[in-house]
Amino acid sequence: MALTTAPGATRRPGRPAPPPRQIAARRAGLGRKVRDNLTGHTFLIGAVACFAVFSWYPMVRGVVMSFQRTRRGETTWVGWDNYARIVADPSFWTAWKNTFVFTGLALVLGYAVPFFVAILLNELRHAKGYLRVLVYLPVMLPPASALFLFKFYAYDPSEAGLFNAVLTALGLPTSEWMQSPTMTMPAMVLASTWMNMGGAVLIYLAALQNIPGELYEAAEIDGAGVWRRIVHVTIPQTRLILALLAMLQIVATMQVFTEPLILANGAGTQDSATSVAYLIYQHGFFQNDLNGAAALGVIMLVVLAGFSAVYVRLTARQD
Amino acid sequence: MSVPQYRKVAAAALAAGLGLSLAACSTKSDDSADAGGKVTITVDCQPVGAQKELLKNWNDDVAEFQRQNPNIVVKSVSVGEQCNNPPDFTARLAGGTVTDVFYGYMTDLQQVLDSGQAMDITDHVGKDSVPTWDSVDPALKEVFTDGGKLYGVPVKNYSMGLIYNKALFQRAGLDAANPPKTWAEVRTAAKKISALGGGVAGYSEYSAGNTGGWHFTSLLYSQGGQVLSADGKKADFNNPMGKQVLQNLKDMRYGDNSMGSRQLLQWGDLLTNAGAGKVGMFIGAPDATQAIVSQFQGKYQDWAMGPLPGQDGPAKATLGGGEGYFFKKGLSPEQVKAGLKWIAYQKLTPGKGQFDYVRAKPQNYPVGLPQPLLFTNGSDAQKQELDLRKANANVDTTNFTAFEANPVPIKGEPRNAQAIYAVLDAAMSGVLTNPNANVDALLKTAEDKVNQLLAAGS
Repeated sequence: MALTTAPGATRRPGRPAPPPRQIAARRAGLGRKVRDNLTGHTFLIGAVACFAVFSWYPMVRGVVMSFQRTRRGETTWVGWDNYARIVADPSFWTAWKNTFVFTGLALVLGYAVPFFVAILLNELRHAKGYLRVLVYLPVMLPPASALFLFKFYAYDPSEAGLFNAVLTALGLPTSEWMQSPTMTMPAMVLASTWMNMGGAVLIYLAALQNIPGELYEAAEIDGAGVWRRIVHVTIPQTRLILALLAMLQIVATMQVFTEPLILANGAGTQDSATSVAYLIYQHGFFQNDLNGAAALGVIMLVVLAGFSAVYVRLTARQD
Repeated sequence: MSVPQYRKVAAAALAAGLGLSLAACSTKSDDSADAGGKVTITVDCQPVGAQKELLKNWNDDVAEFQRQNPNIVVKSVSVGEQCNNPPDFTARLAGGTVTDVFYGYMTDLQQVLDSGQAMDITDHVGKDSVPTWDSVDPALKEVFTDGGKLYGVPVKNYSMGLIYNKALFQRAGLDAANPPKTWAEVRTAAKKISALGGGVAGYSEYSAGNTGGWHFTSLLYSQGGQVLSADGKKADFNNPMGKQVLQNLKDMRYGDNSMGSRQLLQWGDLLTNAGAGKVGMFIGAPDATQAIVSQFQGKYQDWAMGPLPGQDGPAKATLGGGEGYFFKKGLSPEQVKAGLKWIAYQKLTPGKGQFDYVRAKPQNYPVGLPQPLLFTNGSDAQKQELDLRKANANVDTTNFTAFEANPVPIKGEPRNAQAIYAVLDAAMSGVLTNPNANVDALLKTAEDKVNQLLAAGS
């Protein structure tokens, strides 16, 4: 098959370019627009200055640092050396593997569970508000406090531990929880889900309540059961929120740091809890390698930006 | 005022306010001398508010020092537990926010030099500025020396030994005056203590937050090993001695079940358990007993200390470390002089500051611990300090007799200590949490990582 046009050239009709005279008029009007809205623009300066100083400058500085090395107070440009060193770190791939496993499990647990909890809450006729508060309560607990609760009470590897006591009562074998390399990730995701579920549930609930009741009525008249109503009405009607939260979930969970730091005292058993964010912290603050940490930060930024780009592309198509 | 004029004024005021607030964010670094010719120095590690008596002592010392030296102003800075928090220290170093005279571990010299924050104080330090300088152990001065130049002043030194709970020893039918001297004896005692039940660990060990690597190093020294080769360029623990260290621990953890079930412990975790009477033995420095009492509700009378055990006889060496004060680059000669005078007064004068045992005796602060080992054996300062310590002891010094009567050669921490300790945590956690851990594989992985770290020069 021969290509008659460049790939993608006619795929999406672009917005027509404004005529040249219009552009010139717009430029000439810019100064006047600023003058007309002097107060507004002055307020904007404050916001822009804050972002520039506290958000954009550190990011740019991080990228610059990732190509530098500081020794004896002297900073030199070293090209890709920091990247090469970071990639060659034996913990590098372990950290990425752990991070992807955490993100994957968090998508299954932390993404699906709140959705179904929201559906259940939405279906309830009584005690709705009371249960919403109960579901949201863990979000109000500071993450460190919540994780310490899990660390010292729930995940205590002795038989005195809360979860182990439950397992023993059920006649099941106990677990070493955070001390077992195989249980580290599921245990971290479980704690994380418990901590963060409330927020997602509220967002899902809001989306569910926007679904017109007639759609369910029509489905019921057509003989659809609960499951088919969820598949054919609820999910399609909430797909934008579902997609948005999936993206946020990926971006947030890939930066997992507090869970390994507190639950696993950092790396966990034989690096089983080391996440990319924790590895950045370890390089920067324990190994005195801020340049390496900056390089790893840039790698992470690129990966997350890639995910975001995919998301933007997918949602743009859906629109 | 018309509306547009009002808007312009408001905008100008806002812009001016913003400019002022941004200007306020910038730090004024040099306030070393005021109009009256006074010299100001900032010093960190002021005790935190919770340590009421220590804080009062510090403030009293500052007041008395300033009375004696009216031309010096000491500004104290306390940032919580920042002095014992490596990540915090790194951040302040990288951000250039360290104080004029700043605290660091003995392992920190390279990091401080890399950051470009340290001042060469070689020409400033001597008997004139620090009266007891000639009595300070030369080995400790060496720790703060690089390329023949001195960058810091040592103020505390420790060495590791075996800390044990006398009450648990007695309950387990062990001789509390005669602590185990070899790892085989430790193993036997640990079994008896853990047999008491109630969640007591006969022997407890770290494996997280760099403390696992720190203790691995000490255990390796006890075998006669070293973490790095003599030239400091290669890892040197993947050998029979390193293997023996991990094998001992694995055998105690899974062969004898004498190390309790909760692992991945870091500094405070083990001491919390110890304070609760759940730990029979662990290795540590004498001031660990102080932490158990002051922070973790333990009792001094329960704790005693023996020398670090060896594999078949006395330990071949033990890990020594400590702390000191660095001087920030760019200080004026007057500030360096003032800083040295303050350190000399508060940290290096028998009877004053940290050695004011008369003041500490009635307070909840231990006097009589075999620390800080700052002065050379037989020096005047050492004799004075020792006499004062004995005369004012408020802890039972016989608890440390076994430790003091059997000195083990002290070996310093390796170069890049904190980074290497972070790597070795994995080997320690491996044998303490996995019954099927492969000791050879754990050592090989750690060796590769440390070699790579050294090759990268970080």
